[in-house]
Amino acid sequence: MAIDTSVRPQTDTGRRTADFQSTTLDAKVPAGPIEDRWDTHRFNMKLVNPANKRKYTIIMVGSGLAGGSAAASLAELGYNVKCFCYQDSPRRAHSIAAQGGINAAKNYRNDGDSIYRLFYDTVKGGDFRSREANVYRLSQISVNIIDQCVAQGVPFAREYGGMLDNRSFGGAQVSRTFYARGQTGQQLLLGAYQALERQIGLGTVKMYPRTEMLDLVVVDGKAQGIVTRDMVTGKVESHAGDAVVLATGGYGNVFYLSTNAKGCNVTASWRAHRRGALFANPCYTQIHPTCIPVSGEHQSKLTLMSESLRNDGRIWVPVRKGDTRSPDQIPEGERDYYLERKYPSFGNLVPRDVASRNAKDVCDDGRGVGPGGLGVYLDFGDAIKRLGAKVVRDRYGNLFDMYERITGENPYEVPMRIYPAIHYTMGGLWVDYNLQSTIPGLYVIGEANFSDHGANRLGASALMQGLADGYFVLPYTIGDYLATLGPTKVTTAHSAFAEVEAAVNERTRQLLSINGQRTVDSFHRELGHIMWDYCGMARNDAGLKQALNRIPELRAEFWENVKVPGDGAELNQSLEKAGRVADFLELGELMCLDALHRTESCGGHFREESQTPEGEALRDDEHFAYVAAWQWNGVDRPPTLHREPLNFEYVHLTQRSYK
Amino acid sequence: MNLTLHVWRQKNAATKGAFVKYDARDISPDMSFLEMLDVINEELILQGQQPVAFDHDCREGICGTCGLMINGIAHGPERATTTCQLHMRHFKDGDTIYIEPWRAQAFPVIKDLVVDRSAFDRIIQAGGFVSVSTGSAPEANAMPVPKVSADQAMDAAACIGCGACVAACPNASAMLFTGAKIAHLGRLPQGQPERYERVVNMVEVMDKEGFGGCTNIGECSSACPKEISMDVIAWMNRDLLRATVAKGKQGSK
Repeated sequence: MAIDTSVRPQTDTGRRTADFQSTTLDAKVPAGPIEDRWDTHRFNMKLVNPANKRKYTIIMVGSGLAGGSAAASLAELGYNVKCFCYQDSPRRAHSIAAQGGINAAKNYRNDGDSIYRLFYDTVKGGDFRSREANVYRLSQISVNIIDQCVAQGVPFAREYGGMLDNRSFGGAQVSRTFYARGQTGQQLLLGAYQALERQIGLGTVKMYPRTEMLDLVVVDGKAQGIVTRDMVTGKVESHAGDAVVLATGGYGNVFYLSTNAKGCNVTASWRAHRRGALFANPCYTQIHPTCIPVSGEHQSKLTLMSESLRNDGRIWVPVRKGDTRSPDQIPEGERDYYLERKYPSFGNLVPRDVASRNAKDVCDDGRGVGPGGLGVYLDFGDAIKRLGAKVVRDRYGNLFDMYERITGENPYEVPMRIYPAIHYTMGGLWVDYNLQSTIPGLYVIGEANFSDHGANRLGASALMQGLADGYFVLPYTIGDYLATLGPTKVTTAHSAFAEVEAAVNERTRQLLSINGQRTVDSFHRELGHIMWDYCGMARNDAGLKQALNRIPELRAEFWENVKVPGDGAELNQSLEKAGRVADFLELGELMCLDALHRTESCGGHFREESQTPEGEALRDDEHFAYVAAWQWNGVDRPPTLHREPLNFEYVHLTQRSYK
Repeated sequence: MNLTLHVWRQKNAATKGAFVKYDARDISPDMSFLEMLDVINEELILQGQQPVAFDHDCREGICGTCGLMINGIAHGPERATTTCQLHMRHFKDGDTIYIEPWRAQAFPVIKDLVVDRSAFDRIIQAGGFVSVSTGSAPEANAMPVPKVSADQAMDAAACIGCGACVAACPNASAMLFTGAKIAHLGRLPQGQPERYERVVNMVEVMDKEGFGGCTNIGECSSACPKEISMDVIAWMNRDLLRATVAKGKQGSK
């Protein structure tokens, strides 16, 4: 396969025309009853002889829950692992910020939970856009994850008898969520991190912190390595391996403002996409309804508060447009408790997407509150009257403190202001049942792949999926690939590495030499506005077409007018950001294209043209019960759509309702 | 509001650094401290100057990446608050603010306000884990853990590894950080088999990395954004003593 050495998107000449043919993708799901498939598959997969494992090198990009757990597990098996992360330590990956918990079908509450029920809830919650066999496997493995984490010393919440505590989460009817205060992600990540550090100490994992993957190296159609940049010295380097695993998280920062960490980016996934990996369902993004609103143009990120606040808070906006009175001056009769009015049975507890869309609607209507009119009140006045301030403090004290720290307002006295924010992306690189992308030898795990959540992820399922992939799925499936192939002979001396390195260096040189008039952040912010306005909570044909006009214009301006100071041979945070924003400027276009083509609504993807008379998301199973996996054909050339049909043999298609 | 900033600028580890004065104009009280630096950096870039390098990531107080000495206080004046969660409303119009990197021999400056904290990772490598390979774990509820132990383990495990304890300590001691991991694992039954080996190995690496000793000043705990208690240091010292005595007894046999 020819190595694409084009550096400027505008000069990209694309790929072989034969690739333009749309195909049906084979997910390689094993046959048989769903409960036996993973077991059967594990037996059928080839094994690498223990003595031979050290002859293989696996490149792991990312060190969060998925990457950290996979790197540690693979090293324990005897493979050589090279692990890369952009942070200064693997302990800082953004998995650390997950608050709520992790699901597992342990049925410790005796409340009727089972593997099948977790599977059922996840497929249904994903609005019937996920692959049944993957979800079933995830549910099966969920119980092993808890065992592993407890053994590592993860301090999960306990009951007085010493047994693990559970809570109900995200509207689930059973209590299957394990948690460690409000820091479950942190504790699970530290468990994986400690397992990883143990292997680093043993010399089986070589860790490369502050190192960013800038491209994938494909030789004879197989992923054989990566090209990285040392973020301290600026040194561009090649690394060869028998397989490459991307565990690089989601792409929510395409919106500029999201609950992601500032460094989260799509570069590793996007570079792999440009080298031939298909990108699946990019338009599936999840919005969280209870975030702290933007306070001004300086805003750099959004902070999420637990949804549990909606249990006792009442959401409202003024009835009258442009009402700037302080909330205590607005009498009861001039308040619109719009969720209670529109959804009398669920009220303020409607699902995330419904709550989010309605907040946007009232703000679009000119009735939003706070700076810029982008916020709605979440009022605890009634709850305090009914329960007393003490009970409210016991339930939500830490959240109220956090809110006050950020906004300077006391929510015991004035209503909180909330607004939705992007916080998870269900789409990602397409993978088969083995978590292998369309490039042999390139595996994708955790949020970076598209596999298990369909069009909407349930609460406490992200941690479960990341650890399932890393601890218990990838270590088996990658072994099958390696055993089939035998140790590779490819080293960094192969000309493909030199070509990719040259392309990476040229791109860096370009970014540094433009010396225009606008900062990287200003482009990123503008892209974020376009994405939020036209490809955010609600999407329509005209808006998406407008975004598809504006993004290429913005991208062109970026490559002519961005200003990146400094040079490449030093720590240069502007340069790091520039490379990432350049990739977001391409991804954003694909997201809009995907959203435009999917004329149905499903999960986090709401097309205004496709709704029930009550304003709910209306799926079109006849035409869209498939995974949309896009193939890169070059900038300014339309991508090719490949489809993976979705069959629901076990969970039957139904429409949800919250009236 | 308008502020005068004195920011530590240092090109790299090899060159000497110095404070450089900047005027911060029209700063909104709603900005976080790091957003204020973002604004300064945008201006510097447009003026053709090098922006100030500083470490940060999650900006919600949990990843432990950010950390600045603000007027000589690690993470600034607010208690139990990381730099990213500190907001400008805690400063007054006309204030002068000195901004420095963490200062410790074991945390060499990489550039401007960015330091190298990899010594912390090496301390964890020495024993900050339970040696349990994937797949070998018993059923999670097979071993009950008293709620009090789990809660105390969680108190210690809340450490975010930011390094404020080291920066705040006049001795640049890492005992709060190291003690937190030892107490977290030592309070749980899962951590018992390697308990004494762990403390000996981690303390040895901690000393080798060039961190100072503890003289019970308590700056570490008061600077800690997660309010880790100094009890963890007492726990660590007790375990170290037990481990050393046990070793001595073995040796005399």
